[in-house]
Amino acid sequence: MQTKKIINDGNRAVDEMLEGILAAHPRHLKSVDGSPRSIIARDGPRQGKIGLVIGGGSGHEPSFLGFVGKGLADAAAIGNVFASPPPDPILECAKAADGGAGVLFMYGNYAGDVMNFDMAAEMAGMDDIEVRTVLSTDDVASAPVGDRHKRRGVAGNFFIFKAAGAACDRMLSFDECERIARKANDQTFTMGVALAPCSLPQTRRPNFEIGPDEMEIGMGIHGEPGIARGKLKTADEITDEMLDRILAEMAPARGEKVAVLVNSLGSTPLMELYIMNRRVKQRLDDIGVSIHASWVGNYCTSLEMAGASITLHHLDEELQTMLDHPCDCAMFRVG
Amino acid sequence: MTTIDTAHLAAMFAAIADAMSADRDRLCALDGVIGDADHGIAMELGFSAARDAVAALDAGTTEPTTLLNTAARSFLNAVGASSGPLYATAFMRGAAAVKGKTTLDEADMVAMFQAMAKGIQDRGKAETGEKTMMDAWAPAATAAGEALAAGTGLAGSLAAAAEAAKAGAEATKAMIATKGRAARLGERSLGHMDPGAASAVTVIEAMRIALTG
Repeated sequence: MQTKKIINDGNRAVDEMLEGILAAHPRHLKSVDGSPRSIIARDGPRQGKIGLVIGGGSGHEPSFLGFVGKGLADAAAIGNVFASPPPDPILECAKAADGGAGVLFMYGNYAGDVMNFDMAAEMAGMDDIEVRTVLSTDDVASAPVGDRHKRRGVAGNFFIFKAAGAACDRMLSFDECERIARKANDQTFTMGVALAPCSLPQTRRPNFEIGPDEMEIGMGIHGEPGIARGKLKTADEITDEMLDRILAEMAPARGEKVAVLVNSLGSTPLMELYIMNRRVKQRLDDIGVSIHASWVGNYCTSLEMAGASITLHHLDEELQTMLDHPCDCAMFRVG
Repeated sequence: MTTIDTAHLAAMFAAIADAMSADRDRLCALDGVIGDADHGIAMELGFSAARDAVAALDAGTTEPTTLLNTAARSFLNAVGASSGPLYATAFMRGAAAVKGKTTLDEADMVAMFQAMAKGIQDRGKAETGEKTMMDAWAPAATAAGEALAAGTGLAGSLAAAAEAAKAGAEATKAMIATKGRAARLGERSLGHMDPGAASAVTVIEAMRIALTG
């Protein structure tokens, strides 16, 4: 049985979506002539500024192009649903973002993305654009702490890209922007849970099966199965399970600060996210850690998957400054 | 004595594209179990783009090398993902292996086939046993070379390659993934065929039928 979607031709879903996005946010975004999968901030790239190019597969909106704008990313390369973009649109983003000082590529750690972005970086190098890469690896469920560099990049991208974008916007050096990007990644911890699958526009079939009373902890953002499946628990139990893992690694001290992201994977409503957030606040109060800022809603979805992820971003003075730095993006604003 | 020319290669890409369309849903289902369910879509998209791009070439005045490079670029630009760079590199290496020739004999074709497998290995950095498409391509390339050396011609070489690819893909069921999306599943990837290996079987079988069937 096919799932229900509001689309036209599933094969054109991404391209039609992009047309709709540019129509909705014309003051923020434009595409590169001849490269419709390269979306650029109208106000962002400038001479002497490190350019920030993000990107990845479609199906995670508002990630990634919702975060393109002044103070955050200069450009996003868009792939097919759940697939890395190929090198050409990434290269066009690099050229558009290049202010003569170098370009930072940031994206989630997935084999396909790494291959395509690396190929684009080589091509950019041939055009005398220096490219450095910082991968996001915030999904604590996807590899043990000893293998952090193997982890997936998921909703924590939000904090990691924001910190890097702020550093770039503040005209810091390439070394500093890279350092801050890596630090932001090291200080971001996410875990997800899925209740129901999503379906691809082209197949309209659920992309995995799960029982009516089951949940899957450790779910990624492409609908790929997580690491453990069990009976659906309560919001507090689920939140506790995720926070236990996150806090064990983050190990914040009393008096320290975090930023919180409770993210819907697509179809889980705000009501449920805020119920989870209540428990997040209780747990953090218990250990004397304060919440500097919270975001709750759709930030890194997986089409219509039901589920949520919790991200904690461990703040020091520098990361707090980057987080508070104003940005004006198509789908996100601070300050 | 085999003679493969640009027109044959164009027909080969058309055959692979058709085979991929027919196999799309099975591949997506396989990928849904241990991946993100889009592998069949990527493969159909990529090979359709390659088929269309090579069909637009004038077979009479285009060398096999150019056709293969055209296939590489069009596949990559249509798809991205992991299949894109892997198959694009395969075709680019295949193109390099037949550079300067207008017709290809069985030795050229097996050299092209083996260069394709090597390209996938180099780009993806996977070895056999890691539950990837290499588990089909590597034994297929070895089998093709052995069959050629034993004097079976292109038909025999590609038949041996297809058999070896099938066996290799079957063998992935018993492997735990260490690369790509399935790698995060650890033991939960056991018992499931790798979708990249499954689609490699489809590619190689379509090549066999188009070139020698």
